[in-house]
Amino acid sequence: MSGRIKPVTAIAIIFFLVSAVAPLLVSSWATLFALILAKGIVVLGIILLLQAGQVSFGHAMFFATGAYTAAFWGKYVGGGDIVLFIALGGITSAIFGLIVGLFVVRYREIFFGMLNLAFSMVLWSLLEKMFHYTNGADGIRVPRPALLGLSFAPETFQYVILYVSLLIAVVAFYGVQRYLDSPLGHMLRAIKSNETRLEYLGTSARRVLLIGYVISAFLGGIGGTLVAIIQQIATPEFGFWTKSGEFVFIAILGGSAHAFGAFAGAAMFECVRFYAAAHLADTWQLILGVVLIVIILYAPNGLIGLRQRYGQAKQGGH
Amino acid sequence: MANVLLSAKGIKIRFGGVVAADGVDLDVLQGENLAIIGPNGAGKTTFLNISTGYLRPQAGSITFLGQEITAQLPRTITKLGIARAFQIPQLFLDQTVMENMLIAAASRLGSPSGFTALSTLPELPEMERLLDLVGVKSYASRKARELPEGQRKLVDIALALALKPRLLLMDEPTSGVASAEKLEIMDILTSALAKEKVTSVFVEHDMDMVERYAHRVAVWNVGKIQKVGTPAEVLADPKVREQVIGI
Repeated sequence: MSGRIKPVTAIAIIFFLVSAVAPLLVSSWATLFALILAKGIVVLGIILLLQAGQVSFGHAMFFATGAYTAAFWGKYVGGGDIVLFIALGGITSAIFGLIVGLFVVRYREIFFGMLNLAFSMVLWSLLEKMFHYTNGADGIRVPRPALLGLSFAPETFQYVILYVSLLIAVVAFYGVQRYLDSPLGHMLRAIKSNETRLEYLGTSARRVLLIGYVISAFLGGIGGTLVAIIQQIATPEFGFWTKSGEFVFIAILGGSAHAFGAFAGAAMFECVRFYAAAHLADTWQLILGVVLIVIILYAPNGLIGLRQRYGQAKQGGH
Repeated sequence: MANVLLSAKGIKIRFGGVVAADGVDLDVLQGENLAIIGPNGAGKTTFLNISTGYLRPQAGSITFLGQEITAQLPRTITKLGIARAFQIPQLFLDQTVMENMLIAAASRLGSPSGFTALSTLPELPEMERLLDLVGVKSYASRKARELPEGQRKLVDIALALALKPRLLLMDEPTSGVASAEKLEIMDILTSALAKEKVTSVFVEHDMDMVERYAHRVAVWNVGKIQKVGTPAEVLADPKVREQVIGI
């Protein structure tokens, strides 16, 4: 198995190459692909927690933390740089993730999910109600930042942010893939199958989950910062529960068996939204709903699982 | 007196009206296989639960190598050198047998990595050796879920051995196993324990197993240790025969 490139990895490489090249042909795809990649980074964090069998229904709080870190910097400090925003967004979310994590890793399953939801709704209300600082529901505009001191015109900037997103997505994808294969990643999966045994091996399941949680908050923050830069705004909507649901939705759509599920799901989600919204106006949620039903009924392991099932069927047939 | 590894003094615990332990004193000696026998519900498993920190006794104390371990967390006690095997094997069913072993190895080493692959742990050959020792090496790359019950039991014990314990506590190592396989499993088990120099305590119902494999036997009856001695002494005791063995 080692030394050879697995089919899923090959598909991932092709996907990243397409993200790099396709927007050069159709300029409206630059923003589309940048959003796919940024959301994929957030969903990597959801997939990480799914390894432990835990679903967070509040991960938008880290997404919003990342977005508002960039927005607050622009509002109160002024100026700003993509690298600075991303570093700050990631670090702030990781610290927030550590604080929330200390509470939520004590719970499992529905309680874990709901407590995450509760924390995220607290953040959402703060963003909504503290009008004086946050502009309430209007949100805060995020002016186009520079990149390492260089400023860009809007047409160029959409490519700049695309390639920054792509670079981070590739690094995050590689990192998460390594993590899932590492002792800590395997311990995360052990929480799902037998937490008691893990404790009897001398490992604290809570600590393992907390490390995974902080990483997933970090990824959520970076994704949020990127989306705020791409869309040039941060609104409380970023932290609303439907946004959390969207990330879980994408993870299920893509499949959690492999880190690439995050990007496969995000690509499908954003493409359906992009084209359905353009051609069918208000019915894009309906189309996404139908897609999810089809996935759950016919490919319970997501798009990634579909490929694995096809691969197995082919092997079994001969 | 031989070296005492684990020592329980005045252990008391009750669950509602049921007294599982009412002032139990019991020593486990270095290098022995100590069997605990007794009627169902007498508190034998409770003793394992207290010794591994799963339950907190209402009175009394447990020391391991002279160190107080009463009411410590299971993982703290594990780190000190007490491992546990379960009546129903507790494995990570979605992972391979070797991954199970390597998770145990990574746990023992502490501060597990989040970047280097589990399969590159230097403990791999040692884990292979342990799987071989209990006779399940051929299952190494199979998912734990795919193994038959007897093999799962052996993997469960191999997982405990992967922690390099001084003391292994086992809850009915041969329950749920076809009687034809019982002797085979106990043979594999006791020779592995001797080879790894691990002291063991096992709860057992089958008197044949006790007679063959235990160095000493403790009889647990209504929350008390009724008798401790060699298998021959204990099994010859008329009271034990009547109340515990039922002859």
